[in-house]
Amino acid sequence: MSTPVTTASPSAPAETGGPGKSAPRLRGPRRHSVGKPKRSVLLTVMTSLLVIYTVVPLIWLAINATKTQTGLSDSSGLWFAHDFALWDNIRDTFTYDDGVFTRWLLNTLLYVVLGAGGATLLAVLGGYALAKFDFPGKRGIFAMVIGAVAVPGTALAVPTFLMFSKMGLTDTPWAVIIPSLVSPFGLYLMWVFATEAIPTELLEAARIDGAGEARTFFTVSLPLLAPGIVTVLLFTTVATWNNYFLPLIMLKDSDWYPLTLGLSVWNSQAETIGGEVIYNLVITGSLLTIVPLIAAFLLLQKYWQSGLAAGSVKE
Amino acid sequence: MTTLQPPAAAEPRPAPPPARRDRRSWTGWGFIGPFVAVFALVFLAPIVYSIYLSLYRNQLIGGNTFVGLDNYKQAVQDDQFWESLGRVSLFLCVQVPIMLGIALLVALALDSGRLYGKSFFRITIFLPYAVPAVVATLMWGFMYGTEYGLVGDINQAFGVTLPDPLSPDLVLASIGNIVTWEFVGYNMLIFYSALRVIPHSLYEAAEIDGAGQFRVITAIKLPAIRGALVIATIFSIIGSFQLFNEPNILRKLARNAITTDFTPNFYTYSLSFNGQQHNYSATVAIIMGLITMVIAYAVQLRGMRKGA
Repeated sequence: MSTPVTTASPSAPAETGGPGKSAPRLRGPRRHSVGKPKRSVLLTVMTSLLVIYTVVPLIWLAINATKTQTGLSDSSGLWFAHDFALWDNIRDTFTYDDGVFTRWLLNTLLYVVLGAGGATLLAVLGGYALAKFDFPGKRGIFAMVIGAVAVPGTALAVPTFLMFSKMGLTDTPWAVIIPSLVSPFGLYLMWVFATEAIPTELLEAARIDGAGEARTFFTVSLPLLAPGIVTVLLFTTVATWNNYFLPLIMLKDSDWYPLTLGLSVWNSQAETIGGEVIYNLVITGSLLTIVPLIAAFLLLQKYWQSGLAAGSVKE
Repeated sequence: MTTLQPPAAAEPRPAPPPARRDRRSWTGWGFIGPFVAVFALVFLAPIVYSIYLSLYRNQLIGGNTFVGLDNYKQAVQDDQFWESLGRVSLFLCVQVPIMLGIALLVALALDSGRLYGKSFFRITIFLPYAVPAVVATLMWGFMYGTEYGLVGDINQAFGVTLPDPLSPDLVLASIGNIVTWEFVGYNMLIFYSALRVIPHSLYEAAEIDGAGQFRVITAIKLPAIRGALVIATIFSIIGSFQLFNEPNILRKLARNAITTDFTPNFYTYSLSFNGQQHNYSATVAIIMGLITMVIAYAVQLRGMRKGA
């Protein structure tokens, strides 16, 4: 993939000055200057339509988490029912069926801490190696990882299941955690990020001062990689937290289910004969499942957006 | 297998040659070794194993026997497989352009600097990405309901009878809507990040040349983010061909409309876990993997050629 940035415009002199926010080289009136374009109400209104589309389901979820099972069926979807049952619903969600939801929540946390945490660690180490070291087999690893991104991950699910089953790993947390440890996207992001963020001269200097590779990594490189690490951690966390397919095939014992799988079981309970209909808990549970991730994205947006932007510099 | 080759990174940045030679050592393996080890276990080994599986068949009499390419022959003549492939292809041709088109328009709007409350838009539209497919499908599934859902509300309020989103005719479009909802913001962010690193000097030059907004977009912005466009397209193709979670969850509400061979991935899942046909399932998975890779590669070649 070439670097299309340089092929931009035939008529534009490829001037590589600094970001030219000031640069008042123009004479003449600067009505549409690139620095300060005119705000457009029309454009804002049009974009707002997409925001409405985006948030209506979330608002629906929040509103309906306040309803009882009967309130759900006899009130309008986008307004509150007469009884406000959010707190009861939350309590019931956590206590229903001996608190199995709490168990699923803890499982999910376990998978995130070990799976996403491990994936991030491996991606940071690997991306750093690809960015800053020259070693035998580097090109091979590159081709392999990039190729693997193109292989439909779920196409591997069945053979992975059979393999893990032979190894006695299915129906244990390891069956979910181990495959989560590999994040080709995380490796790629870390690689590009490390290439940008760590000046090679700095590494040379540390080596000349006699620091070993491990020490150089921890004291010099790691702090520089922080925004990239936050970004990768957030994206691997989403991948693990939201994972459904892998646990679905790997786990039979509902004691090891993550939240996603548990919610889908609660949802389908309605149609099993004699199964209790608990849509109110499905909805409240869904809300509780998405709140932590949305909070993480909102709280950390400065970090991950800068990390992501650095990752796309070369695209 | 050079699909998705990340730009530039293939060739290390220009470092002084002598220094590079000094540093060429096994040290890097200390850092990348752990990744490669796990990668081999969960990516390479299953690929090899599924190729092995696809060449055998488990028979009641005779047990596991080598059958060569028989499984592949069976798949080529398998109507269920082709129908499911046709379905995801249709999905791909309709949903992906809509989703990426909207994402691109919004990214350009954000980048133009003409929006009020830019960062609010950016983060809000991205948020569905944080919602698990399971929850997204449950939500939309409830909302699609003609009796108690939003569709039901509209029917009641306006005294109309909207078509059932979960009917066999519409269910694919309904799934497309869910997938669009989930990923439009994610793709927007990819495009926006790419747009943001275009040097401003290009815009100034264009302005001197008297180029209007539209010209700036077609002559500068779009060519500059071609890499991001290609990557997003490839990821979307892979995603479409892998479609599973949404139909799997929605099936509980629309059992007639969504069969267990609704998508190729659903089909391999059903073959393996309901039918115990592991060998044939692996074969179908390999064929799907090959088709995906060929198309992804073709898209990459084509996407890159345009700029040459």
